[in-house]
Amino acid sequence: MNKPTPAAAPAAFSRDIKTIVNAGLQRRHAAEQRFRWYGLTAISLGLLFVVLMFANIIGKGYPAFWQTYVQVPITFDPAVIDPQGTRDPAALESADYAALVRAGMRRMFPNVEGRTELRALYALASSDATYELQRRVRQNPALIGSSQEIWLLASATVDTLVKGNIDRSLDETERPIKDNQIGWVDKLQAAGKIEKQFNTILFSSGDSREPEQAGIRGALMGSFYTLLITFLLSFPIGVATAVYLEEFAPKNRWTDLIEVNINNLAAVPSIVFGLLGLAVFINFFGLPRSAPLVGGLVLSLMTLPVIIIAGRAALTSVPPSIREAALGMGASKLQMVGHHVLPLAMPGMLTGSIIGMARALGESAPLLMIGMVAFIVDVPKGIMDPATVLPVQIYLWSDLPERAFVERTSAAIMVLLAFMVLMNGLAIILRKRFERRW
Amino acid sequence: MSTTTIEIKTALDDTLNSDTDAGKRSSVEVTDYENRQTVGKITVDHPKMVCRNVNVYYGAKHALKEVGIDIGTNEVIAFIGPSGCGKSTFLRCLNRMNDTIVACRVAGQIKLDADDIYDKSIDVVQLRARIGMVFQKPNPFPKSIYENVAYGPRIHGMVNTKAELDELVRASLERAGLLKEVDKRMNDPGTSLSGGQQQRLCIARAVAVNPEVILMDEPCSALDPIATAKIEELIDELRENYTIVIVTHSMQQAARVSQRTAYFHLGDLIEVGETDQIFTNPKHKLTEDYITGRFG
Repeated sequence: MNKPTPAAAPAAFSRDIKTIVNAGLQRRHAAEQRFRWYGLTAISLGLLFVVLMFANIIGKGYPAFWQTYVQVPITFDPAVIDPQGTRDPAALESADYAALVRAGMRRMFPNVEGRTELRALYALASSDATYELQRRVRQNPALIGSSQEIWLLASATVDTLVKGNIDRSLDETERPIKDNQIGWVDKLQAAGKIEKQFNTILFSSGDSREPEQAGIRGALMGSFYTLLITFLLSFPIGVATAVYLEEFAPKNRWTDLIEVNINNLAAVPSIVFGLLGLAVFINFFGLPRSAPLVGGLVLSLMTLPVIIIAGRAALTSVPPSIREAALGMGASKLQMVGHHVLPLAMPGMLTGSIIGMARALGESAPLLMIGMVAFIVDVPKGIMDPATVLPVQIYLWSDLPERAFVERTSAAIMVLLAFMVLMNGLAIILRKRFERRW
Repeated sequence: MSTTTIEIKTALDDTLNSDTDAGKRSSVEVTDYENRQTVGKITVDHPKMVCRNVNVYYGAKHALKEVGIDIGTNEVIAFIGPSGCGKSTFLRCLNRMNDTIVACRVAGQIKLDADDIYDKSIDVVQLRARIGMVFQKPNPFPKSIYENVAYGPRIHGMVNTKAELDELVRASLERAGLLKEVDKRMNDPGTSLSGGQQQRLCIARAVAVNPEVILMDEPCSALDPIATAKIEELIDELRENYTIVIVTHSMQQAARVSQRTAYFHLGDLIEVGETDQIFTNPKHKLTEDYITGRFG
């Protein structure tokens, strides 16, 4: 066969093509350039808002990690706390340490007189100061009879003042702290008796009415137990369901219906699961309200569809050649799935599960419905103890008026965000590590 | 290579090179294209597998029509035919791999040593241990070479101790002609081998469970000529202990390795016979057209 020779293009025609294309070329390149700019602007705006949000939260929450302490001269007067001289531990526990605190405060400001003035003076220390002295004597009874300079927790109003969040120019009736109290605090600060220490109380104690004594430990343990139950229930059931639906179930109208239902359940608003939990687990089965067990059950119902969908996608991605090879060797279907398909699909399943868990960690609406909105002071020790979770704790604190709670709310948000970043980071690391090429 | 093979090769080359005496070959008995009855002797003296009236349907499509053939013990039989003629489908019927395809329905009788393999009482897991399969694209498990070969014996409980398993793995790799090359790296992943080595690993894996029949679905189509030659040598050696059924697109390969050949065309088994007879003196017009390359 001969190669066809190209016909010679007429001179006038070729000049036209060039100019015609040139005319439109600028417009086309300009459109592409504009689109790139739109994209870049959108990304920059998005990043800007993320940075602003983080700056806001961190800016508000960072001060919560530092707590104001006052150094008070305390005399462990045996006449007050151990009149019998027996050093009996039970008696020491119930002794009147508050009197010691008051005596110490009076020693610092001997000129203060009158009940109102004295009450204002005593209000500078937190009620935790009493428990601090009790703790010290319990640990070291030899303290009785000695005089020490003890750092005691200051009240939340003093803390807020020291952090500069109270407007001193306001009229006295419009502030939570009085002029005489401000005077005393300034004197103490000048004498170097006021110090900010790291706020371990935030991580070691449960919720409290007093902001300076409030911590997130109760919410953290509640979240931990709830997520533990969620994981233990939703992961095995989700994986097994995905395996069954993908590998063993017959493909007919019923299984199609199930698949559609599962996809829909993944998009149902989470509060509906809370209503379900309330009606079934609490009213019908009589499980304790506000327990991590019930919270875990509700959240696992919510996470199951996500895990099933991720699991099915992971199973589908395993190439059929591996399945055929296993079947051809005489492996039973369960052996084929268990020995070959599941190990290869597991990384995808794990990633989907962790993302589902991270979402469950941040849920509050369904848990509000089952009662995890109560004010719980004790740190829960098991899955049946009443508890609350971190998002709900944030919600409760955000409602309270004290300025000290504002910064604690932001601090709790920081802790929650840190956990979510950690979990999602773990998911990414797992995915990268297990990536395989056939 | 035996003299017979050389003779077939030269005869085949002659047939392929002459496109002048088409239709004038004296051996062609059936000249009617519409006549799809099987020509030639389908029975053998000591059959390993006996297939009669096998029909396969993919949904409404009738993919294999009334196929009947014997597969002799310790012989290599080749299935040839144009694309889509049903040879792979028929091969997969022999070890019930078509069960995994939902829309596929198999009717008819296929017997392995007098057991009907589609009988309800037959356990398909045991059947697949007796009939092994090697696929077109090498598909070693993403595990170590040792694990690949050890998997079958382990799940069937063929060995009791680790020492016995080691022995079995080494023997299988030896039989597949792979032991020398992988002896020092048994724990390397199976996927780190070259294509030809992977296919030999798949053969070793199939041999490890000590099957009676080995089915090979175009085992060399993804390999280069040197690897292909190695595998064909292997098939010749394996013939002593196993019955081998091989589906192939290459007529030269069928001529080289098989003793009997079956030609399929659009779902019908057109002709069965000794390999040299099929390639030099085909009885059906369709067979002659295929081997002379009039279509393929």
